[in-house]
Amino acid sequence: MTDVLAITEHRRGDLRDVSYEVITAGRQLADESGGDLHLAVISGNATGFADDLNREGVDYVHTVSEGEEFNHDVYTQAIEALHAELDPEVVLMPNSVNGLDYAPAVANRLDLPLATDAVGIEYGDSLTVTREMYGSKVETTVEVGGDQQAVTIRGAEWSAAEGVGDAEISEFEADIDTDTGSRVTGFEEVGGGDVDISDAEFLISIGRGIEEEENLPLIEDLVEATDATLSSSRPIVDNGWLPKNRQVGQSGKVVTPDVYLAIGISGAVQHVAGMKGSDTIIAINTDPNAPIFDIADYGIVGDLFEVVPELIEQFE
Amino acid sequence: MKVLVTVKEVAEVADDFEIEGTEVGERYLEYDLNEWDDYAVEEAVQLKEDGPADEVVSVTIGPERADETIRMALAKGADRAVRVWDDALEGVDLLDVETKTNLLAAVVEEEEPDLVLTGVQAGDDAFGATGVSLADEIGFQWGAVVNALDFDADEGVASVHRELEGGVEELTDIDVPAVLTIQTGINEPRYASLRGIRQAQSKEIAPKTLADIGLDADAVESDLTMTSMYEPESESDAEIFEGDASETAGKLAEVLREKGVAQ
Repeated sequence: MTDVLAITEHRRGDLRDVSYEVITAGRQLADESGGDLHLAVISGNATGFADDLNREGVDYVHTVSEGEEFNHDVYTQAIEALHAELDPEVVLMPNSVNGLDYAPAVANRLDLPLATDAVGIEYGDSLTVTREMYGSKVETTVEVGGDQQAVTIRGAEWSAAEGVGDAEISEFEADIDTDTGSRVTGFEEVGGGDVDISDAEFLISIGRGIEEEENLPLIEDLVEATDATLSSSRPIVDNGWLPKNRQVGQSGKVVTPDVYLAIGISGAVQHVAGMKGSDTIIAINTDPNAPIFDIADYGIVGDLFEVVPELIEQFE
Repeated sequence: MKVLVTVKEVAEVADDFEIEGTEVGERYLEYDLNEWDDYAVEEAVQLKEDGPADEVVSVTIGPERADETIRMALAKGADRAVRVWDDALEGVDLLDVETKTNLLAAVVEEEEPDLVLTGVQAGDDAFGATGVSLADEIGFQWGAVVNALDFDADEGVASVHRELEGGVEELTDIDVPAVLTIQTGINEPRYASLRGIRQAQSKEIAPKTLADIGLDADAVESDLTMTSMYEPESESDAEIFEGDASETAGKLAEVLREKGVAQ
């Protein structure tokens, strides 16, 4: 029998989507190996979350009440204690920002081989994980050895578990030292500013492909000619060419315009997470293999510095 | 205060490439300093320029070729560098997190830094895990995905912002010694000046083998084995406009008008 322990995630009082996705991934592994799926919810309103996490396929929900908001020391200690008690073959964790803040410590402390950012998992004779490399240009399968393993899964790769389950819900008493070396002191919303890109009907979004800040006015001319709203992928904001409130993506805004025109954006998974809900997606990119074309409805494989001036002309 | 900054030479793949076995063909690869590490180096050098740090040491795991990359860190202001490599690492096609942790932990033991900065992840294998794993191994505190750092040397506290998803940042105080994984955008990495590049030529890059840092071949035994590599199947059903720039722009304009977003 091969049991799976999956760790859920919440923030500021709400469970995050990936909590239901780890259930689906965990159930799949447990089915393949004939084991039970244990779920853990740590800190915050842990007992309050348990009912919502009791979805189809979950065998046990363990609540750990210690701690208010996420703290990696509390999580690491709680998972260490759960692992000692349950002895699961696989620990599944979200490959979220917080997941990246405790999963590697859990793996190190428990001496488990770690495969992060899995987009696929399979349990046959051994555990095999599918991962991407080189900015999604290749996929690899990796066999994870050892008797027990730790895996973090990419968000939105598994569907969210639904239905009501009949899991056994219980409070897990762990001896946790809360006098830790890191203390969360608050949260801050970033952005603000004069424009809310999440309200826009037509977004013209730019990425690395515009190459230099000097090329920004060209795009601004197009934005003006078409009465669009300007947004961007992460590198443009990192470079300081546009303010943070213009960033579309996992760590920026989630947008759902009628039309999203992506110019010089390759379509990294973090960016796509923020714009895939757009009604119509149009991409201009020189690389025909750019992942943005996988989700685009229309595309131009070409040089933006030739296409954009022509496009401006169309609307002047 | 001594700051140790880990850097990695990463491979970037050309638009068109071929896979040979479980590797991308060498001729399709270009090597560069990992983007995230560039920001970590800048943050370390700024800590020195602003006062709290006395010395910035850069460490990398890589063959002799990686000297070129580590010289970029030296040219940007790191004082000296350590490069760990060993024959035992030659044949390993996927350095797992545990191996990197073992090697870097041994360097930390020798260097005894107060603060370790790493990039959040590497652009090639993208594990995003070495910094936090290292922190746990060496008993340091840590913070992952840091996009703002305010260091209080008197209190020995790093006040950081951690960039969470959805435009929210978490504010956290972290006691040093600590490992921080640095997110892009935290600063503006400088270009290496000509003077910096010249000076880097005379700075020390100490090559170390496993034996030099007190490890044996067991430390690099990996539980992860890459079994296949392939190009993901394109799922594209996009309508691609054909023609020259004028023609494609014309068709695009038509779509924008049809959708009613531009006139």
